[in-house]
Amino acid sequence: MVTAVEHQKAGTAALHVTRVGTGRPLLYLHGIDGTRSSGELVKLLGEHAEVIVPDHPGFGRSESPAWLESIHDLAYFYLQYLDELGVEKVDVVSHSLGAWIALEMAVRSCARFRTLTLISAAGIHLKGVKRGDLFMRAPDVVLRSMVASPDLAEALVKRVAADSDTEHKNRYAIARVGWHPPMYDPQLAKWLHRVACPAQIIWGREDAMLPLEYAHEFKRLIVGARLQVLSDCGHLPHLEQPEQTASTILSFIDQAASK
Amino acid sequence: MKFFFFHLMPYLHLDPELRSQYDSAWMVLPNSAYDPKKGHELYNRYLDELELSEALGFDGVVLNEHHFTAYGLMPSPNIICATLARRTKRIKIAILGNITPVRDHPLMVAEELAMLDNIMGGRLISGFVRGIGIEYLIWGVNPTYSHERFHESQELIVRAWTERKPFAFEGKHYHIPWVNIWPTPYQHPHPPIWTPTNGSTETVEWAARADHRYKYVQNLSAAAACKKYMDMYRATAERNGWTATPANLGWGCPVYVAETDEAAVREMKPHVESLYNTFFRIPPHRFFPPGYTSLESMKRIVVDKVPIFGMQTIENLMKHGVILCGSPKTVREQLEANAVEWGFDTHLGVFHFGTLPRDLTERSLRLFASEVAPHLRHVNEAAPSSADQAATHAV
Repeated sequence: MVTAVEHQKAGTAALHVTRVGTGRPLLYLHGIDGTRSSGELVKLLGEHAEVIVPDHPGFGRSESPAWLESIHDLAYFYLQYLDELGVEKVDVVSHSLGAWIALEMAVRSCARFRTLTLISAAGIHLKGVKRGDLFMRAPDVVLRSMVASPDLAEALVKRVAADSDTEHKNRYAIARVGWHPPMYDPQLAKWLHRVACPAQIIWGREDAMLPLEYAHEFKRLIVGARLQVLSDCGHLPHLEQPEQTASTILSFIDQAASK
Repeated sequence: MKFFFFHLMPYLHLDPELRSQYDSAWMVLPNSAYDPKKGHELYNRYLDELELSEALGFDGVVLNEHHFTAYGLMPSPNIICATLARRTKRIKIAILGNITPVRDHPLMVAEELAMLDNIMGGRLISGFVRGIGIEYLIWGVNPTYSHERFHESQELIVRAWTERKPFAFEGKHYHIPWVNIWPTPYQHPHPPIWTPTNGSTETVEWAARADHRYKYVQNLSAAAACKKYMDMYRATAERNGWTATPANLGWGCPVYVAETDEAAVREMKPHVESLYNTFFRIPPHRFFPPGYTSLESMKRIVVDKVPIFGMQTIENLMKHGVILCGSPKTVREQLEANAVEWGFDTHLGVFHFGTLPRDLTERSLRLFASEVAPHLRHVNEAAPSSADQAATHAV
């Protein structure tokens, strides 16, 4: 396994990128929790692929560019990033806000997507289905609601509190692109039939941020998508069940490759 | 000095048991706690109090704008202003709203204020505010654009007030190809603009621009913060090539006057503590949503704005110089000392706060009007007021 951290100019933002492992390129687009909780999943994926993990522009250790004003900016940014990566196609694995970015990319162009994995995806809205609010509740209450296990919740709260500057930066970026309408794009759902690569949806049965109804709606809207539901799992499968999540991703990717 | 009566118009009939079940009287406290019959009485009581201030010799009254809260019943200060417009003849009416960044269409604000200024023959003072952070949760307006929308909406309103033929406004947030409001304001070039704040560097920079010279009015803040930001305003003005005078600065705080210091503290205590502990409290994450203010500013505000977070006592509020409380002599001396040391000419007295009943409100107001204000008229007096001049620079 090879781990590398680089500052790389892509588009117009200095992007912090972690690379883990070797093999087929796999782009991991992180969710609202940043890259801090995905280490174990990325390590497991890195045993079978070269996993490329950017901190999104505006998040974590990446630059906060002035042009970052909407989710579409991030979608165009990563479409350009894929063009400049020097590989023909990648497997895209995406979570939450990152899955929203991936979907905004995919409806524009799937040319560089080999497969698309959507974990606990944001980006659409189901009227009347209660979601977990990000900004009305105290940040630690939001964090606790993200995972099914109370022990894991306490550890998560402690870890985030230890790096409050990053949390503040991430919350700013989330608000910037997702304040209103809250974490979705009203124009996205009607174009999801344009997702033209094999797609898999992974969802925690106990997800309180985006309830399971969302998984079924994505399955309905994305032609041919398959759905894997994880039991005893909340909004952060990569943290709560990294082995199960990794094997679900890898078997799907392998299956797609053998076709 | 000039004296204004700043009313917050709280819904003071909250059931303590119900209130204690919620972390704030803003947004989350269900409006089933509001009784319109009591509301009717309160509105008319508060309007009586404001109208009384004209007879008592005050220079003006001050209204503000907040939403979804028992803290204040003025979601539309323009409507309160309209009810006072023809019931008063002399006093200025200062609106420390409108929260222009949360409006879809700031031109409606330009029109309403122009109407009010016409009806009142030029007695309107217009404050513009970003609102506190929670307004952005209430209205679904992205707080990371708050400053941009504040600046742009104000530019649009001032241009709409002052340009005398149709023009195109091509902003990022507001793009209006054909602007041509009727009526235009009574005052020329437009009503004085005040910049109310709880203290921030960004606000000082905005108000003290050479082409603005907006009156900087610091409210409900610790004394140290008031002095710091008023000093900063003067220094910023100098850096921008002009000299600020006391007419460019104002201070707003809760005031209570009684016969003796002991009586004042005893009578003010439960009511001013209810202002902070029952009505004002907002959890930090709703007071400062992401982007409403920078992380650095936020850290400073938490220090400067002692009163917001944590439970308050009158002793702590007095210690930090947030309020004026005492006999006429005590209040007179403290107010004069602050005015001289900080260099402001306008005081915004919050004579009603929290659960303060009508009789105590009126007695304190009358004592202030007869025993405090007349003795301080000469303090920081200058003619002509450069706050009035400021308007001529704002074109």
